[in-house]
Amino acid sequence: MAGTSTGTPATGRPATGAPTNLTQGSRTKGGIGESTLRPDGTLKVTGEFAYSSDMWHEDMLWGQTLRSTVAHAEIKSIDTTEALAMDGVYAVLTYDDLPAEMKNYGLEIQDTPVLAHGKVRHHGEPVALVAADHPETARRAAAKIKVEYVELPVITDEASALADDAVLLHEGRDDDHIAHVPHPNIVHRQPIIRGDADEAAKKADVIVRGEYTFGMQDQAFLGPESGLAVPGDDGGVDLYVATQWLHSDLEQIAPVLGLPEEKVRMTLSGVGGAFGGREDISMQIHACLLALRTGKPVKIVYNRFESFFGHVHRHPAKLFYEHGATRDGKLTHMKCKIVLDGGAYASASPAVVGNASSLSVGPYVVDDVEIEAIALYTNNPPCGAMRGFGAVQACFAYEAQMDKLAAKLDMDPVELRQLNAMEQGTLMPTGQRVDSPAPVAEILRRVKARPLPPEQQWVSAGAEGTEVDVRALPGGLSNTTHGEGVVRGVGYAVGIKNVGFSEGFDDYSTARVRLEIVGGEPVATVHTAMAEVGQGGITVHAQIARTELGVQQVTIHPADTQVGSAGSSSASRQTYVTGGAIKNSCEAVREKVLEIGRRKFGTYHPAWATAELVLEDGKVVTDGGEVLASVVDVLENEAVDIEHEWRHRPTEAFDPVTGQGNGHVQYTFAAHRAVVEVDTELGLVKVIELACAQDVGKALNPLSVVGQIQGGTTQGLGVAVMEEIIVDPKTAKVRNPSFTDYLIPTILDTPTIPVDVLELADDHAPYGLRGIGEAPTLSSTPAVLAAIRNATGLELNKTPVRPEHLTGT
Amino acid sequence: MRVNFTVNGRKQEADDVWEGESLLYVLRERMGLPGSKNACEQGECGSCTVRLDGVPVCSCLVAAGQAEGREVVTVEGLADFAQQREEAAHAGGCASGACGSSGTSGSSGTSLDAAQRWSAKGTDGQTGEGGELSPIQQAFIEAGAVQCGFCTPGLLVAADELLEREASPSDADIREALSGNLCRCTGYEKILDAVRLAAARQDRSGEAA
Repeated sequence: MAGTSTGTPATGRPATGAPTNLTQGSRTKGGIGESTLRPDGTLKVTGEFAYSSDMWHEDMLWGQTLRSTVAHAEIKSIDTTEALAMDGVYAVLTYDDLPAEMKNYGLEIQDTPVLAHGKVRHHGEPVALVAADHPETARRAAAKIKVEYVELPVITDEASALADDAVLLHEGRDDDHIAHVPHPNIVHRQPIIRGDADEAAKKADVIVRGEYTFGMQDQAFLGPESGLAVPGDDGGVDLYVATQWLHSDLEQIAPVLGLPEEKVRMTLSGVGGAFGGREDISMQIHACLLALRTGKPVKIVYNRFESFFGHVHRHPAKLFYEHGATRDGKLTHMKCKIVLDGGAYASASPAVVGNASSLSVGPYVVDDVEIEAIALYTNNPPCGAMRGFGAVQACFAYEAQMDKLAAKLDMDPVELRQLNAMEQGTLMPTGQRVDSPAPVAEILRRVKARPLPPEQQWVSAGAEGTEVDVRALPGGLSNTTHGEGVVRGVGYAVGIKNVGFSEGFDDYSTARVRLEIVGGEPVATVHTAMAEVGQGGITVHAQIARTELGVQQVTIHPADTQVGSAGSSSASRQTYVTGGAIKNSCEAVREKVLEIGRRKFGTYHPAWATAELVLEDGKVVTDGGEVLASVVDVLENEAVDIEHEWRHRPTEAFDPVTGQGNGHVQYTFAAHRAVVEVDTELGLVKVIELACAQDVGKALNPLSVVGQIQGGTTQGLGVAVMEEIIVDPKTAKVRNPSFTDYLIPTILDTPTIPVDVLELADDHAPYGLRGIGEAPTLSSTPAVLAAIRNATGLELNKTPVRPEHLTGT
Repeated sequence: MRVNFTVNGRKQEADDVWEGESLLYVLRERMGLPGSKNACEQGECGSCTVRLDGVPVCSCLVAAGQAEGREVVTVEGLADFAQQREEAAHAGGCASGACGSSGTSGSSGTSLDAAQRWSAKGTDGQTGEGGELSPIQQAFIEAGAVQCGFCTPGLLVAADELLEREASPSDADIREALSGNLCRCTGYEKILDAVRLAAARQDRSGEAA
């Protein structure tokens, strides 16, 4: 079955808006809008780039974590005698060795023990630490630690968590959410009520309901958790580590070490991807504890097995949805309940709940809604941040509902979406007005208008008649079909994601910018604590400095805690927030340069006082293009050095009862069309194209923008057809902690990903830009699911789709 | 135990190696060559790919002792390795079998003779400057195929080996050759772009020669 015809005009109103135009620095080479190349590119292709696992120090020891083998148990005893007696072992630490009164940490709720205390709450929880002179010695010593567990019943789902006699994961909670949750095994609950869904339902000609299941996804960044802690002469510690937010780590590390923050000096080392999985602490505290105890540098590097236990995952979810529509396709109401499994510790669960609820309607106009999202405490692996952060799970469900509704109304699924698409001015279910371009109908139009890939691409004319390239077929080189039983499907989806930290969080960033003359030319230095995790933030930082200061030479200072916080490299926020901070600090530097210039040269030319002045190519230039002075002459031996914090518009908390509030900073939209070939006999799927259209506001670096969109799209593809951490429902133990058993897309699984980038400025954001990293991860998954449904006619309410779901075997 | 093998054209020796150590561990932790990466250490991700006597292997799955007396090329030596191959090809010899730039294909790997004739020059650890990049390294940077970069060393070694035996690979060939290398950041599109770009430049330089 082929997809619907192409070229249908959008039924929504045309999207309005335009890209931002620059005045300052528009002529400076290598500024924003250019696809300048990564400053770390050469180091990364020569193998010289120092990742956190590449650190080495004279006399260094290796740290190893002993983790629980069961999910829920009391610890009766821990015997470290044999481990300590081994040659080459320098220290074995348990809970009893923790030096400070504070023994827990956590992003929002300090509920996570540094080392287990009397109890373990999930499979793989850290119980003890070893430092030894060889990693194998450390592993063997850890294996010699005897832990006696008395197993407890496991809580694995909503029913077992909320049962009357359920064991409480955390007794005596005193966090901010306990007062408004209906059960102590619920981390956080966010209802949103707007209009009257029951009343509006009466106007519906059709109603569709669905129950959807989203599997547990792993970030699967390739660089494992790792770092090096070096004890200092002052009793403090220097920590070189891969993380997403140095200052958040610092706030959690220092108290459990019993050190003031200034004695924990953190430097970002090379980060091998993150995707949310490095928002939480992993080995940071453990390495510091071992270094401080032994007086020697300690390196910890997880292997892939441990990495699956060393970071939180994407919340698996159950989602219950009801949509109604009139006969002509207008949505009347929406009701949903989203149950997220937060696992044993809170991590980012409260914020994920806020996102899931506030974005649960999707990019559609629905005035009457009844929404509830909760995150549970269970004995499953802790879940927290991953690219898309609560919006991914909701998008999977509401987009399935849209297709169901279209089928029931006998409407084209894209037209139904366009008919209900939000626009600039639409109210969110939280009552927040979307006050920048929202080209939802337009991005759908664009992916639909794209020509479909040719049918039967595996067939070509050869010397001996037609030839078949099995690599283009489901099953690939396994040679399972030459086209028999293969059916094409086409599916669409669109999503909405927020940008930045929400719900009233003080989401600021800090940038220090220095301009001075070095070797006869102006050189800018940009110093922030932003974690470059691969996204290309440092590329963009240099571009912003070039544009704002009109210079060529920009040095990016290593990220560390000697400068103020940059906030997290997550929530699609860094180009917006730290980019905004750099722009802001550059503007202050520029003003200072002009001030010095006026002082020195103001009397020589009236334009110093009267004209709009910009810095271009190392010169002070009037808006008419007249050169007044070179920056070299203005600054001479003087350096301008400014560190400022910068904030975007503030947000508000959501009302705990109605969910109303201006909770989000910015919204961002992407749409996908997926084209799949399904071997219906074997249940094998090959995605052959996954086209995306996204509004990015302003593409500061078009090459990087497209790279982000393609990468995000592929992570969405992974969760659609292959990725899931499988947790045994009887034992709550993880069954596939390896790249052998947890599959992520290879280059053979990944189709061509054409990208259509729109640039409609958001007037509230620096350069009109929109955060881009997460939106493509949302709509990719439901588009693939829709395409498989289109090919097979099956309902498919669960990710990932596995062969048995398609063959019924 | 002691192991001796050649890495990027230089004789290397490591003492007190535990028998269970992998080639990857010895390269990274004993020889100061951390370019080969440790993403899975179970042969699934390809980030540790090196050439062992010309054959691309996951160095995490090779016991260090198995490398005794053999030739290893890592990402740190890739630029010089590619340059030597290029020079050998232009010198009129295809005897080494490592002359993809001449446009011939069919033989794979680099002979021991060829491998032994060269040694890698160092680069500046701060800036990465000092050495010319190989065509595939340059193409990865220009095409945007590098994000976090953790998969990059293994992909470069694998892609360079592909271009050595197949001067003008089809997209399907590229996908097949790189299917053992996981990348989590890029979605692979720009990696394909990079290999196409390097192949196209190789073609042109072949014509020019």
